[in-house]
Amino acid sequence: MKKIIISLAIALNFFIWAFPSFGQGTPPVEGGILPKIILPVPADQGYKKYLGLKGEGTFLVPQLKAKVVLIEIFSMYCPHCQKDAPVVNDLFSKITGDDSLKNNIKLIGIGAGNSDFEVDFFRKTYNITFPMFSDAEFSIHKILGEVRTPYFIAIKINPSGTYKVVYSKLGGVSNADEFLKTIKKLAGLK
Amino acid sequence: MFKHVMQGITVVIALAAISGPAFGLSDAYKDNIYNLPELKPFDSVLKVKVGDPAPDFTLPAISGEKISLSQYKGKKNVVLSFVPAAWTPVCSDQWPGYNLAKSYFDENDAILLGITVDNLPTLYAWTNQMGKLWFPVLSDFWPHGSVADIYGVLRTSGVTERALFVIDKEGIIRYAHVADINKRPELGALVMEMKKIKKK
Repeated sequence: MKKIIISLAIALNFFIWAFPSFGQGTPPVEGGILPKIILPVPADQGYKKYLGLKGEGTFLVPQLKAKVVLIEIFSMYCPHCQKDAPVVNDLFSKITGDDSLKNNIKLIGIGAGNSDFEVDFFRKTYNITFPMFSDAEFSIHKILGEVRTPYFIAIKINPSGTYKVVYSKLGGVSNADEFLKTIKKLAGLK
Repeated sequence: MFKHVMQGITVVIALAAISGPAFGLSDAYKDNIYNLPELKPFDSVLKVKVGDPAPDFTLPAISGEKISLSQYKGKKNVVLSFVPAAWTPVCSDQWPGYNLAKSYFDENDAILLGITVDNLPTLYAWTNQMGKLWFPVLSDFWPHGSVADIYGVLRTSGVTERALFVIDKEGIIRYAHVADINKRPELGALVMEMKKIKKK
């Protein structure tokens, strides 16, 4: 028995050393925290302004100045993401068109396994105007538990800076009004 | 101690085998995709090279037609996309991406021919999940993988490599790329190769 425990302990240590992402990769749980996702500050001034970011470098999602950050994990190659893109655009229009929501809910997209070229192509094809980030090597996708696409995560950021995941589900938007209603309710927004 | 280390490494290898790579799979296929462990990246040797005349072939398409490479000679540039197998990760998302990217093929006067070694009914059921595809999907099922073999992209397991060939209107191979079977080739690189032909 002792030998088995020793073998497993060695195996675990070696595994963590050899595969550092192993163990980090579970989908975010509602009520829990978002794993650490590091994104580049966009070069585009419009996106920078929308996200309330300045300068260059990187940022963490909970650092955004908003009450809720909605993250879409998508792929240019995903038929459901393609079909859902106009509905997500509708959702974004409804958020930005509402004075009580436009500064409180921010929407970003992360292209799982998509290069900059592929994300840019997806954005142009569907006239997407919210910021989208590439994740060419699936590094963020692995941290998020290799979820299927499309997948939506919403985090609620408190004035104190603490935050929690309020929505984490597989599937598209389907109906922008219903989706927005759900997110507002879960985040306690009026 | 050495024995413990070896036993530990054995467990590690087993864990690594079941952990698998990140595929970024679309939910369009629900639970119908057969998950595979990470495969040997390459398992064949190309039998053609850039500058060679592309070997002609005729294969059945899911539309019911028979498609020959030579029918496009003098008319269209051709992109051959071999993907390993229906109902598997990576393959199931690659063609929906090309479906969306039709404009790039049109701009470069190119047709895409999608090829696997699956039989027609399997290809029909699988590609139906992708939406309406604008390009022909061809079955290299019988004689099994014969076209893939001519190009040197048939693996020892009987599936093909994940390979792309760009063939110009004169029927000459201008780009031959065999990707790691576990990874989707990047769209930008293919578009760049199509543009190079257009400029000639």
